[in-house]
Amino acid sequence: MGVRFLLDGDVIETGPVDPTMTVLELLRYRLRRTGTKEGCAEGDCGACTVLVGELLEPDSSIVKWRAVNACILFVGMIDGRALMTVESLGGSAPIQREMVARHGSQCGFCTPGFIMSLHARSLGASGSELPVADVIAGNLCRCTGYGPILAAGDAVPPAPHHDGALVDALSAIQRAEPLSFTFDDPLVGHARSWFAPRSIDELAAYLADRPEARIVAGATDVGLWVTKQQRILDEIVWVGDVRDFDLITPHDDGSWTFAAGVRYASAHAILAAIHPELGELVRRIGGLQVRNSGTIGGNIANGSPIGDMPPALIALGATLVLRRGDAVREMPIEAYFLDYGKQDRRPGEFVAAVRIPPAPPLFRIAKLSKRFDSDISAVCAAFALDIVDGVVRTARLAFGGMAGIPKRAAAAEAALVGQAWSEAVVEAAALALAQDFTPLSDMRASAAYRLLAAQNLIRRLWIESEAPEEALSVLALADG
Amino acid sequence: MAERDPPRLRAVRQSLPHDSAEAHVAGGAVYVDDMPEPPGMLHLAFGQSAHAAATIVAMDLSPVRAAPGVIAVFARDDIPGTNSVGPVFDDDKLFAEDAVYCGGQALFLVAATSPTAARRAAKLARIDYEVASPLVTIAAARAAGSVLEDAQHMTRGDADAALDAAQYRITGSLEIGGQDHFYLEGQIAIATPGEGGTIHILSSTQHPSEIQHIVAKLLKLTHADVTVEVRRMGGAFGGKESQASLFAAACALVAAKTGRPAKFRVDRDDDMVMTGKRHDFTADYDVGFDSNGRIEGIRLELASRCGATDDLSRAINDRAMFHADNCYHLPAVAIVSHRLKTNTVSNTAFRGFGGPQGMLAIERVIDAIADAVGRDPLEVRRINLYGPGRDVTPYHMQVTDNIAPELIEALAASSRYAERAAEVAAWNASHRIIKKGIALTPVKFGISFTTTHLNQAGALVLVYADGSIQLNHGGTEMGQGLYIKVAQIVADVFAVPVECVRITATTTGKVPNTSATAASSGADLNGIAAQRAAETIRDRLAALAGELHGCAADTVRFTSEGVRAGEALVPFHDLCRQAHLARVSLASTGFYATPDIAYDRKTHSGRPFYYFAYGASVSEVAIDTLTGEHKVLAVDILHDVGRSLNPAIDLGQIEGGFVQGMGWLTTEELVFDDAGRLRTHAPSTYKIPTASDRPARMEIALWDGRNVEPTVHRSKAVGEPPLMLPISVFSALTRAVAAAAPGKGLPALDAPATPERILRAIGELRARAPTSAAL
Repeated sequence: MGVRFLLDGDVIETGPVDPTMTVLELLRYRLRRTGTKEGCAEGDCGACTVLVGELLEPDSSIVKWRAVNACILFVGMIDGRALMTVESLGGSAPIQREMVARHGSQCGFCTPGFIMSLHARSLGASGSELPVADVIAGNLCRCTGYGPILAAGDAVPPAPHHDGALVDALSAIQRAEPLSFTFDDPLVGHARSWFAPRSIDELAAYLADRPEARIVAGATDVGLWVTKQQRILDEIVWVGDVRDFDLITPHDDGSWTFAAGVRYASAHAILAAIHPELGELVRRIGGLQVRNSGTIGGNIANGSPIGDMPPALIALGATLVLRRGDAVREMPIEAYFLDYGKQDRRPGEFVAAVRIPPAPPLFRIAKLSKRFDSDISAVCAAFALDIVDGVVRTARLAFGGMAGIPKRAAAAEAALVGQAWSEAVVEAAALALAQDFTPLSDMRASAAYRLLAAQNLIRRLWIESEAPEEALSVLALADG
Repeated sequence: MAERDPPRLRAVRQSLPHDSAEAHVAGGAVYVDDMPEPPGMLHLAFGQSAHAAATIVAMDLSPVRAAPGVIAVFARDDIPGTNSVGPVFDDDKLFAEDAVYCGGQALFLVAATSPTAARRAAKLARIDYEVASPLVTIAAARAAGSVLEDAQHMTRGDADAALDAAQYRITGSLEIGGQDHFYLEGQIAIATPGEGGTIHILSSTQHPSEIQHIVAKLLKLTHADVTVEVRRMGGAFGGKESQASLFAAACALVAAKTGRPAKFRVDRDDDMVMTGKRHDFTADYDVGFDSNGRIEGIRLELASRCGATDDLSRAINDRAMFHADNCYHLPAVAIVSHRLKTNTVSNTAFRGFGGPQGMLAIERVIDAIADAVGRDPLEVRRINLYGPGRDVTPYHMQVTDNIAPELIEALAASSRYAERAAEVAAWNASHRIIKKGIALTPVKFGISFTTTHLNQAGALVLVYADGSIQLNHGGTEMGQGLYIKVAQIVADVFAVPVECVRITATTTGKVPNTSATAASSGADLNGIAAQRAAETIRDRLAALAGELHGCAADTVRFTSEGVRAGEALVPFHDLCRQAHLARVSLASTGFYATPDIAYDRKTHSGRPFYYFAYGASVSEVAIDTLTGEHKVLAVDILHDVGRSLNPAIDLGQIEGGFVQGMGWLTTEELVFDDAGRLRTHAPSTYKIPTASDRPARMEIALWDGRNVEPTVHRSKAVGEPPLMLPISVFSALTRAVAAAAPGKGLPALDAPATPERILRAIGELRARAPTSAAL
C-alpha cells in the first residue's frame, strides 16, 4: 500500500514510499514538478508552500483548503486529499496576473510560495479572513521589500467557489480502512512504518500496544528531525486522520475543550473570541502555513520550553487530558512539564485534549522576540489576575523562555495575592521574579534581558490600570 | 529639467516587467535544482569541522566510505591541482589543510546516490582534533594582533592638529553587526564531465569566470576546458560573488574523478555556517567641531571581523573607508582601517560592500555632534555637506556631481520633516512609555569597482535572418532586472519591441574574462557593451540599407515602423534577410571599459569612482521603553537613479534595498558563541524582515535628473545605494532612545537595534549622570 492523493484531477499513487519522505521531495524529485522550491527545509520561509484540500467531513460537499509547507509535510499526510501546486494554476490566475502587473517578483525563487499563500486566500482557504500581511507572514522575500506583493494580495480578495468535480474525486479516494504501510528502507536496512488511525480508540489501542511509536500531528517539529538531523523514524503514528480529534467543544461553565489534534488555524477564531489576547498570541505563532499544520496538542505534548501556548494555558489554569488505552487522567497543565525535555507522559499515553477555563477580568499575554511575526519567543508571559475591590484575590503568572519548561512565577504571585493593587505591590512582584527564574543566555536573548523585560511586563500591568493611554503597544501605534 | 527623449527611444525608460516575471509566478522559471537530473547523478555533502580552531591529528573516513549509498569520498590528497577556492588569494581551501581555520570548515567530500545518503554518511567520520582556542571577536583578534594585512590609512589634512584646535571635541564608539545574505535559493551547483577532460558547470553564481578559473586551477585544466553557465539566481546580494566557488569546485572535482555528473544542493543550515557574511565592524571616533556643529577635524578608526581568510576583505574594508565621509566634507581627516583575522567563516561581499558600515559610522558621528550642540541633526547634516570649495573627499577625489543638498531639501519639504519632528517632540513630552524618533539621512555611494581593472564588460549580440535577436553578456541575473534592462537597451538600438530580444543564460562560453556582477555595475558595464555590439550590427545594416535604397548610411533611421532608407520603409526582419543574402555579418561582440578612473591604493588617493549615486530617506519610529520593541511607522525616500532605464525595476531595487538594510540594522542578528560556532544558522533563529515589518506608510520617489557622466542613457547604478537609506531608521531609533532619558546625551545604541539592545541602551542612558550641555 502506498499513498493516494489528487493532483490536478489525477489520482496519484506513490507505491511503496519512505514514510518520512516529504511532499516537497515527492514533487520535485519524483514527479518533477519543480515550481515548488526548497528555501530552508524547516518550514520557516514558505518557498515550498502548497495547498492541501480535504473534505470538511467524509460525506461533506465542502472542500477546505489550507496552505502548508511541503518541506516538512510527510507524504502520508496528504493521503485521501487534494494537492495543489503553483503548476496547478496555469499561469493566469488572478494573483499571478496581479503579481506580474505590480512587479511582485525579482529573483522569483520565493514567488511560487507567495502565489500559493495568496491564491489560497482567494479560494477562501483557512486563514483567508486575515489581512494579507498575516497571510504571508510565513513567506520570506529577500528582494522586493514586500510592497508589491501586499498590493497584489489586496487586489485579489477571497471569493470561495464550489467545485463539485473535486468533491466527487475526493470522495472517490476516501479509504474504508486506516492507511497503514511499511517501507523496506535500503539506506537503513530495515522496514519502517506509517499508521494513520481513524478513531481515537484505534489510536489509543495502537499506542498502548506499541508505545515506542512516534506520534506525529502537524510535523512542524518532527519534520525538522528528519530534514535537519537526518533522524530515522522507524514507526510513525499520524493523528491527522483521527475523527473527532479536531473537535472544539464549549461547556456551560464558559470553559472550552480543544481536542489535541485541533490545528492552530482552526482554533484561531474561537480562541480570539474566548479572549482577544489569545487571538493575538495565535496570530504570532509561526506563519499561517505552520498554524495550518501545527496542533494545540502537539505544541503541549513536545514539552518545548519556548512553545507559545503553554504559558497562556498555565495562566488560565487549563487542564490537560491524557489517555492510555482506555485509561484517562487529567492534570493541571503546568504539572505536565517536569523538566527540560521531560514530561509527565507515560509510555503508550497521548495528549488527548486540553480544557481551557474562562479568563479572569485581567488577562494579558506578551510575546517578546526579535521579529514580531513568525519568530520564537525570547520571553512569553501570560498573566491572569482577579482583583476584587482593589485587592488581588488570585494571580497566575506564567512564563515561557525563562526556564527549561514553561512555568509559573511562584514568588511573584505570592507578592501579589492578598495585597492591595498598587504600584508598590506590583513593583514587589516584579522584583520577586528574580527569585523565580534564572534564565539562560542564548541566541535569542541574554539572561539579563529576559529577566528585566519579564519584570517590566509585570510593571506594565500597573501602568495599564493607572494610565491605559500609556500602555499602547508599538504594534497598535503602527496600525493606528 | 529632464531633456526630451529623442523620438526613437521606446524600449528604454519603460516600466517593463522583469523578463522572467511570467515564469516566476507560474513556477516555470528554471533554477539550477530544477534542471532534469541526468542518470547516475551523484549528490554531495561535506564533512565539516566540529571546531573553529584545531589541528587534525587523524581522520578515519572508512565508516563514511562504508555507509549505504556512498559512491566515493574525497579529501585534500585527491585534488590534482591547487587546493584553493579563493577569489584573490589561495587561502580559501576546498578542504582544510592540517589546521582548521573556522567552524564548519570542509574537511572531506561525500558523493552518494542521494542527498540524504551523502548527508548521513558525512557525519560518520572519526576525526581526532587537537583543539586550539579560537579567536572569535574583533577585540580578541586586535588584542592578539591577528590581522589580514597592515592597518590602512586614508588621510587628508592634519586631523590631529585640527582636533587640537577645534572649539569642541567628542569621542565615541559604535558596534555594527554583520548580516547573512539569506538569498532564498541556497548555494547550488552541478558539474557534468565532457569529452577530453572538459567540464561543464551550472552554478548559482554572480561570477562564472571566477569559478571557471578556480576549477581550472583545481583540476589542472585550461580556462578553455571549463565552461560555467548561469541563467538566473534565486537571490545573491553579494553572497554568490565568491562563495559559490566552494560548492562548484566540489562538484567539478567529483565529476572529474568519477566521470559522473555531480550536484551539490546545500542545506540551508550548512549554507549559513559555511559561507561568509557582511563584515561586522567597530567604529571609534574623535571629532572636533565648531559651535554650529561644523566638523573641523576627525579621526575615525574602523575595525572589522574579516574571518579566517582574505576573500574580498581588503576591497570591502577599503570601501568602508571610501564611505566614511558619506555626503560630508571632512576638512582634516584620518581614517584608519584594521582588518582582523579571526577563526570565523570568512566574511565576504554583501550589497554595499563595506560602504554601509563606513556610512553608518559617520552618521552616528553627526548625531553625536547634533546632540552635543543641541541642534536638530538635520541642521548639522546640512552644514557639513559637500559644497563649493568644500568638495574634496578623504581620498582626494573631487566631488563634481553633488546633488545631495538639493535632494535633501526636496525630501525635507515633501516629507514635512520639520513639522513632524515637532510632532515627535510633542509626543515624547506627553508619553512616558512609548517614545518616538525621526531622522533624515542621506546617501552618497561611489560607483565603480575600486579595483580598477574590474571595470570592463563584454557582450555578444546575434541577429538572425528572421529579425530575431539573441542577447548575451557577462552580467548575471539575480533578480535585480539586469537582463531586462540590457534587453531594453539592445531593443532600443534596433527600434524593435523588447520581445524580439531573446535573453540567454550567462556563460563563459560566449563572453570570456568577465567581472563579477557586483558593485552595482551590471547595467552600467554590460549595458554599454551590449549597446556597442548592437550598434555595430545596426551600422552594418544601415550601410546595406543605404546601398540598396540609394542613400547615405548615416541617413538611415531605425524606427518602430521599420527601417527608413531614403524613401523606402523596410521591415526590420526583411532587412535582416537581405543582409544574410548580401553576406553581411549579423553577429558582433561589444566591449566597454569605464573611462577616467584611476586609484593608487598605496596612498589611498585618486578617482576610484566614475560617479556617485545619491539618495535620502526620512524614517519615523516608535519604541517601547519597557521591552525594547520597536516599529518603523513611516518612511519617505527620494532616490537618484539618473535617468531610469526602467522605473519599475529601479523602484523595486530601492524598496527591496531599504527593507534589507532595515533588517541589517534591526532584526538580523548573527550570534557566535565563545567556541566560534554560529548559533543563528537558519530562519528559525536568524530573522530577516517579514511583510508586516515593511513600514505601513512608505513613499518612494525617483529624483528627476540625469547622470552628468555619459553612462548608458544617462542612468545611474541602483543595486547597492538604497541599502544605506535605512540608516535613517537606526538614527531615528537612537533619537527615540535618547527621548527616554532627556538631558543624558546620545545613547550608546549599537546595531542591530534588537529589542534587547534598545532596552540595554535605555538602561545605560538612564544610569548616566545628567550631562549639562556638552559644550
